[in-house]
Amino acid sequence: MKRNIPLILAFITGILVVISEFIPHRPFSMMITTLQDWFMIISGFAILLGQISLFQSNLARIKAREEGWYFYLAGLISFCLMLGFGLLWGTQEFKGLAGHGSNVQNWLGNKPFDYLFEYAYMPLSATLFSLLAFFIASAAYRAFIIRSFESNLLMITAVIVILGRTSFGGMLTSWLPENLKFWHLPNLSDFIMEFPNSAAQRAIMISAALGIIGSSLRIILGIERSYLGGDK
Amino acid sequence: MSANPNSLLERRIVFLLLFVAVTIPLIFPIGWKTEVSGYAKMAWELIEATPDSSVVIFSFDYDPSTMTELQPMAEAMLHHAFSRNQKVMAMALWPQGAQMADQAFGKALESFPEKKYGVDYVNVGYKVAGIVAIQSMGRNMAEVFPTDQRGTKYAELHMLKKIRTLKDIGYVNSLSSGTPGIKEWVMAARDAYGTPVTGGTTAVSAPGLLPYVNSQKQLHGLLGGLKAASEYETLIDKIGTATVKMDAQSIAHLLILIFIALGNIRAFWAKKRRKA
Repeated sequence: MKRNIPLILAFITGILVVISEFIPHRPFSMMITTLQDWFMIISGFAILLGQISLFQSNLARIKAREEGWYFYLAGLISFCLMLGFGLLWGTQEFKGLAGHGSNVQNWLGNKPFDYLFEYAYMPLSATLFSLLAFFIASAAYRAFIIRSFESNLLMITAVIVILGRTSFGGMLTSWLPENLKFWHLPNLSDFIMEFPNSAAQRAIMISAALGIIGSSLRIILGIERSYLGGDK
Repeated sequence: MSANPNSLLERRIVFLLLFVAVTIPLIFPIGWKTEVSGYAKMAWELIEATPDSSVVIFSFDYDPSTMTELQPMAEAMLHHAFSRNQKVMAMALWPQGAQMADQAFGKALESFPEKKYGVDYVNVGYKVAGIVAIQSMGRNMAEVFPTDQRGTKYAELHMLKKIRTLKDIGYVNSLSSGTPGIKEWVMAARDAYGTPVTGGTTAVSAPGLLPYVNSQKQLHGLLGGLKAASEYETLIDKIGTATVKMDAQSIAHLLILIFIALGNIRAFWAKKRRKA
């Protein structure tokens, strides 16, 4: 019974959503509206659940003194700081439990939450993503080696696309006459992106869509039950 | 297990060279010109062709990690929309997108100080649930956004008074670095309600979205990465952050090509030595 009720609910909901796509009229349109509203409300609660889970899992790791526990501690302190500042003095136009905190604002030039977001979170986040450039450069040097026909093809394509995506690439072949403009590096790069790339991407998208339809049907029909938890 | 000291040294040299290659053009810009691609031109044409006073949506579907690529696009497109006297409703499908929108507005207002909040632009903030939120906007926008970011009621926002559903929107511009983002806007806004959709994404995500730029115009052009942002700045005749950063990116790309060539030469010699 404990497993059957969720399975029945998933079946009815799934069938309703599918039918409403083909018959967008009453009563299905009304039902789908209600379901969508529920989804948005539940999604809102999922954020809260995620925060609680983040707090608990970090705390457990710190208590157990797991390897690198101080990183989890740093994460937890950051989480508590942002949460605390947000609750106390609010964000931007919204006031917090202690009002707008004009004294703190005068001192920092901004609300503490916004100050931390703008001067700590944003630069740190952008820096972390930018570090990828170093790893890509290092990987290009060590791993992008011609070993076979396929890797040769990949290399030529990559070089054309990389050059075509730089300002320098355009300058390299800008001298080409009008009837040879196809070989102009940015044009060649666009051609690769528009035709071979799009064709492959479409194949991947169609395959993925078919896969999604298959797995959705399995869930609606109760064949796939892993979302319920447990072994089966 | 310790790494090979030679490999470690090589990696450090690669890192150092890349750092120098990126830093120098940022300090001393070269001023290379960027050619405008068809995809950027299509996005520009959509904004250019949308009538004055139309209400348009700018969806900030990214967070600070990808702001280096996406923020210049947002600023340039916002600048263009304001110059065409369009009324911009900013929203976000990503939690930090609302702050990104505020920053973009701050930048655009430097060029258009006469624009007024609630009349010319508004930030309705973050909405959870991705594609479902967009589907709901197709039925009733006020239900999805009862208030804006400042707590003002939807009905009291002057520029949104006649906007009931997505069908009343001139176009949607989604600046996205993942899911939910452009794909969801195409599926739920363009395909379901016929609202034109354009957008920008990171360079690595662009190939996956290009199939939507097709004869059915599921996507009206696409800006992919910093280069496309600098192309857009060229189109609106503005030297912005993307144009300045593009020199550094071009040099970095060239350096990566040199690394690939050097790596292959090294592998070739190693193979030759093994055979000998």
